Amino acid sequence: MSITVDASKCNGCTLCVKACGTNAIEVKDKLATITIEACNMCGACVSSCRFKAISIDIDKQPAEDLGKYKGVWVFGEQREGKVAPVVYELIGIGRQLANDRNTELAVVILGDQLNEAVNDLASYPVDKVYVYEAPELAIYDAERYCRVLTDVMRELKPEIVLAGATTTGRSFMSGVAISLYTGLTADCTGLEIGEDGLLHQTRPAYGGNIMATILCPYTRPQMATVRHKVFPTSAKRADGVAEVVHLNPKPNLFSSRSKFIEFIETVGEKVNLVDADIIVSGGRGLGGPENFAIIRELADELGAAVGSSRAAVDAGWIPYAHQVGQTGKTVCPKIYIACGISGAVQHQVGMKSSDVIIAINKDANAPIFDIATYGFVGDLFEIVPALTKKIKAMRGAPTLV
Amino acid sequence: MKIVCSIKQVPGTTDVKINPETNTLVREGVETQINPFDLYALEEAVRTKERMTEAGDPSTVTVITMGPPQAEDALREAISLGADEAILLSDRAFAGSDTWCTSYALAQAVRKLQPDLVFCGMQAIDGDTGQVGPGIAIHANYAQVAYGAEIREIDAKKIVVKRLIEEGYEVVEVKLPAVLTVVKEINEPRTPSLRGKMAAKKAEIIKWGAADIDAPADKVGLLGSPTQVVKIMTPACREGGEKYAGEAAELVDKLFDTLKCMEVV
Repeated sequence: MSITVDASKCNGCTLCVKACGTNAIEVKDKLATITIEACNMCGACVSSCRFKAISIDIDKQPAEDLGKYKGVWVFGEQREGKVAPVVYELIGIGRQLANDRNTELAVVILGDQLNEAVNDLASYPVDKVYVYEAPELAIYDAERYCRVLTDVMRELKPEIVLAGATTTGRSFMSGVAISLYTGLTADCTGLEIGEDGLLHQTRPAYGGNIMATILCPYTRPQMATVRHKVFPTSAKRADGVAEVVHLNPKPNLFSSRSKFIEFIETVGEKVNLVDADIIVSGGRGLGGPENFAIIRELADELGAAVGSSRAAVDAGWIPYAHQVGQTGKTVCPKIYIACGISGAVQHQVGMKSSDVIIAINKDANAPIFDIATYGFVGDLFEIVPALTKKIKAMRGAPTLV
Repeated sequence: MKIVCSIKQVPGTTDVKINPETNTLVREGVETQINPFDLYALEEAVRTKERMTEAGDPSTVTVITMGPPQAEDALREAISLGADEAILLSDRAFAGSDTWCTSYALAQAVRKLQPDLVFCGMQAIDGDTGQVGPGIAIHANYAQVAYGAEIREIDAKKIVVKRLIEEGYEVVEVKLPAVLTVVKEINEPRTPSLRGKMAAKKAEIIKWGAADIDAPADKVGLLGSPTQVVKIMTPACREGGEKYAGEAAELVDKLFDTLKCMEVV
């Protein structure tokens, strides 16, 4: 592995110097010179050079025949038999990738007593549903799930594996990829098969300020976790059902050093933040914890989840689970309604890929208006309750059935 | 109890842009910080040390990071915040490591240190992958809990953790040794004490290269990494749209109509 500058192509323009994140390059006598000790081989200079003067050579070959890996798999995440919404999005994009590779699409589901979930998944455009049932898998256990899925993948050799970038997918797929010594790209927002036949995985980095395209050229499977609500939900299949394949459980894989104790449901939350189509968020402009009631009333009326800015969480007005932004959650709803949120960069990072952003703020210069699809300069205490009232009025008085 | 906290030095801001003409990263200054999530991990490591020491089990916190020589600054800051010693994994051979190789190298250091508990932030704000913490657990063959929001119980053999998930929380008990990644909710980090600052100044940072952690060249760096970044670009900038001002009643009507157009009311 080495990095070289072709002296015949370099004209000392310093583009690479600016691109280098570790200050490893300087131009001496009109030639880019790289201090090897400081270089971290990130490749930023290679892509910055207009004259293709810099190259990184990796002397690397696949350790095995990659041709024996076939098919696209989706991890069928479920909890208590209920399939996670992101799985249906993965089926949509997975179908497309499988078609482009001229191969099969399968869902693999781990758990116990999965009949309903399996029947449901088989009604979607997948070719196979692999079912791995055992009482020990009823509840997610990172260690056990990792061991089982690794074993199944080692045996059946899929070419591409997708999982939701959920707390489940993000916490155990890393272990699967490591056990198989293959690559895993986190939080993808773009997936396509390139002309080279490889899975081109595009993901945001630096809080979405940069998009990076990542390949896994020498090892299989090519694995990715995929962000919620980026790809559309797949339609059901027109006819027939997918083939259901029950895999034989191997109890020797079920040992684990962790033990599930209890689940604590968040009281009063009908919709969880990342799965919500609409989010109503409140910030510092609310002035105090009691005023989140205004936000919650509008959210209830719209069937929305309640979000918040960091300021409101740090002030103790609302639990951390509601925080949207760099140190909270990244969300991508159809509609994000920001009430009394100024829109600091760290907040924008978590919500700016929402389809529509509606901002209500009395400061006309608040940065949130720079990204809002519809901005309303005004007092949220006047606007939000009146809006809720108006929606209620339109829907008529609730009838007692 | 021997505790390790793994941290990452990240840019002071993630507000980086690419110059569309040159396709290069525009960096405003070169200031760095400890990844915010790692500050919660470090605080929890130090609190656990204090808790165990008080309970009669003298404990220590070793902070480790993998990075270029300048990552030493982050380690010194960690000492000012309560870590007892610091180790910098730095080697030419590590350059270009993806999450597989990064977690491998850190796990090799963990194997050498043999701690009972390893703390990590849930993810770093530059890479945003969240893969390194769980990766260390697999490479080092430790138990793991991700997204820890509260340590409910801890003793020499096990730890009971409340972890944050989409629908609420899950409480799990894991045997030690284990890796725990934490979310912001777990604590409120302290600020450095004067004594801590003095210690940071004086501290000797231990430096380990690939040979010190028995990491062969084909398992680290660009050579060992299964993934490769082939392109970086700036996403299309989101533009502001329509902006309305005026009487509250008018704004409410306009907002209502907007929601109606989107068929949500």
